[in-house]
Amino acid sequence: MSKAYRLTKHAYDVVVVGAGGAGLRATLGMTASGLSTACITKVFPTRSHTVAAQGGMSAALANMGEDDWRWHMYDTVKGSDWLGDQDAIEYMCREAIPAVVELEHYGVPFSRTDDGRIYQRPFGGMTTRYGEGIAQRTCAAADRTGHAILHTLYQQSLKHNAEFFIEYFAIDLLMNDEGACKGVLAWDLATGELHVFRAHMVLLATGGYGRTYFSCTSAHTCTGDGNAMVLRAGLPLQDMEFVQFHPTGIYGSGCLITEGVRGEGGYLTNSEGERFMERYAPNAKDLASRDVVSRSMTIEINEGRGVGEEKDHIQLHLEHLGADLINSKLPGIAESARIFAGIDVTREPIPVLPTVHYNMGGIPTNYQGEVVTLKGDDPDHVIPGLMAIGEAACVSVHGANRLGSNSLLDLIVFGRAAALRAVELVKPGQAHEKLNDAVVDTVLDRFDKLRHASGEITVAHLRIEMQKTMQSHAAVFRTGELIEKGLIRLRKLFSQMDNLRLSDRSMVWNTDLVEAIELTNLMPQAIVTAQSALNRTESRGAQARDDYPERDDENWMKHTLATIDEQGDVAIGYRPVHMYTQTDEVEVIPPKARVY
Amino acid sequence: MAQFNLPANSVVKPGKTYPAATGSGQTKKVVVYRYDPDSEENPRTDTYEIDLDTCGPMVLDALIKIKNEIDSTLTFRRSCREGICGSCSMNINGSNTLACIKAIEEIKGDIKVYPLPHMQVVKDLVVDLSRFYEQYASVKPWIKTEAPPPSGRERLQSKDDRERLEGLEECILCACCSTSCPSYWWNSDRYLGPAVLLQAYRWIADSRDEATAERLEELKDAFKLYRCHTIMNCTNTCPKGLNPAKAIAEIKKLTAVAGG
Repeated sequence: MSKAYRLTKHAYDVVVVGAGGAGLRATLGMTASGLSTACITKVFPTRSHTVAAQGGMSAALANMGEDDWRWHMYDTVKGSDWLGDQDAIEYMCREAIPAVVELEHYGVPFSRTDDGRIYQRPFGGMTTRYGEGIAQRTCAAADRTGHAILHTLYQQSLKHNAEFFIEYFAIDLLMNDEGACKGVLAWDLATGELHVFRAHMVLLATGGYGRTYFSCTSAHTCTGDGNAMVLRAGLPLQDMEFVQFHPTGIYGSGCLITEGVRGEGGYLTNSEGERFMERYAPNAKDLASRDVVSRSMTIEINEGRGVGEEKDHIQLHLEHLGADLINSKLPGIAESARIFAGIDVTREPIPVLPTVHYNMGGIPTNYQGEVVTLKGDDPDHVIPGLMAIGEAACVSVHGANRLGSNSLLDLIVFGRAAALRAVELVKPGQAHEKLNDAVVDTVLDRFDKLRHASGEITVAHLRIEMQKTMQSHAAVFRTGELIEKGLIRLRKLFSQMDNLRLSDRSMVWNTDLVEAIELTNLMPQAIVTAQSALNRTESRGAQARDDYPERDDENWMKHTLATIDEQGDVAIGYRPVHMYTQTDEVEVIPPKARVY
Repeated sequence: MAQFNLPANSVVKPGKTYPAATGSGQTKKVVVYRYDPDSEENPRTDTYEIDLDTCGPMVLDALIKIKNEIDSTLTFRRSCREGICGSCSMNINGSNTLACIKAIEEIKGDIKVYPLPHMQVVKDLVVDLSRFYEQYASVKPWIKTEAPPPSGRERLQSKDDRERLEGLEECILCACCSTSCPSYWWNSDRYLGPAVLLQAYRWIADSRDEATAERLEELKDAFKLYRCHTIMNCTNTCPKGLNPAKAIAEIKKLTAVAGG
């Protein structure tokens, strides 16, 4: 097979797949440390979905009131519904402060306070003194913080002469017989040529897989390509049942309206004009964590208090905030609401609906970014040559539910941590051992088969069937019966991938084929998500089971591991939650009831 | 008057027409530029008649509908679909904009979709932006300081100084402005174009940056900067409502003050 395609070969110390916040931060760190680094990305770096993050990045700087990273850690553990690994959460919250300072030094145009420091706004679940008060912890560049950070990181990458392979689509990992990662095969869309990238360390920074669902805030390109490569390598994904619904996607388009709106004083109402969050979260109200707000909204709609002709959405008010505050702190959402809902936010509420937003689950890693799996009795067995960072990874700092503004933080802190670890592990300029030709051939076979697929079903058809199935069977509220029905449907769709029909056979910018590969990436993740949700017979964080409404710490305070075989059958395993800290600076936070 | 002719292989020919499916509601024609690099054929315009009753509100929705339901070979870039990533910049009914925030409703008559003008077309609506990106890198678009930053905390910046970045740092590098500029069309090898000059000014305007003199010296060039003839297409076309022409004017003023 390899004879049918000419392969261009590259040898690097390290290869990063993905150029969002995490990928760029890692690329930058490793390049600056003298490792030869290639960053492969299917979109130009500033078009990665980090660019769409709005509200900000959390760090206990205490610029606008008292704060402490230990409070941040407590909030994150509570937000995770005690599924987060506390050593990793400790690391993230402590490192948050230097991470934000570093970004400012890189030139990120943060909004400012009167005394010229970084502006910080309240966000859901972020408190002072272990839940007593509301913290102002989320560092913001107006409501375009992701854009500001991503562009700045790209600029720093240019400064350091980082080497990019832009609009190269990574097809698969190259794993040797011993189960170590030795590189990646990628396709240059512009020339149509295939490239073998050899590396001593491959970092997957490929983002989430929001596009398994019909309605999501995620970009079209959020197809979890790295997650799928890991599954194809026979490795597990972790905690995939935990899919975050953001409370405020614009009704209809699904475009994101930042939680920062509620941080700045916005609030939700139902058809009776009631601020219903006061009933569900008497203290935090509209700033309860996202899983709580999304469930409350869904209950309001299900009980007939939704807004509009179909009584199927909720209203988000910011009219009372005034044009000045909106123009200075929330200009981007004013623009989005005008374009996508036809709304003038200074006069009318925005119609919103809980919308798929973030994947807490992903590739299991330790806090240094190394991919781990369960091997024998060892739940932390490291896969040589492979790291994962950002939304693709499950460190796990978000556990069962991520707090808003902890995701930009995750990207930067663990992008940096992985770079530091890679510098420790990889000696610059080492030769690459020979790789069995069969490894590349297997990847090429799959690629070629898909390229020439001449069955009966289009990619778009199968994709929307999958998305609608996930939307109706694995949404905010779930039952075993409903998920099982969804799984039957998903397995049927999975088998239909053998019957795809592509129309474009070319190699240059063949987006028919790109979308087909992305579909073959999404489908196993959809099944793994549904199967993991069915398997977990409790309610925790973003997983709300009507048939198991309580959290069950005795049986379920553990991470789900899920692998999938070529027939679409899922095998489940578990890893323990890390109930320990890295230092004595902070105590383990024992589980308790989660009330906002 | 001089007569300009396109090379014979560049002439755009009429292509295929795909009529609306039977049973469609309100329909609209979408005329799309097509170019297949694998074929020896000229570029063409294909016409797709789509059912608006089952189409989302934006031109990008129409293109995706065509790709999903009629012709999966149609090739274009897209990602965020909310006007922040800058992938789907193209020429729609004569203006450069982002397909994802251009409402179909605003377009009277047929929707006409072409690649960004005067750029090398790779395939259909995908153009080669590599020179644009190289030019961006050439203005060293990163913070440059002599003094090391304060240890363990952020640099201070007043609210007023931060406000000077408004309208600059929001640029999404979609290239709509640069590819709308006749000066850039003629001299894109040497003129930096409005997007890149806006980015250059973004750092000149940043109170934290200490390389203003160096940046101005680099830009003070008959081609890099002064090929801007204040045509204003850039400002008129920017889908984010930014004003690159004003940023360029500011640079020109500063270079004049600096002893231009």
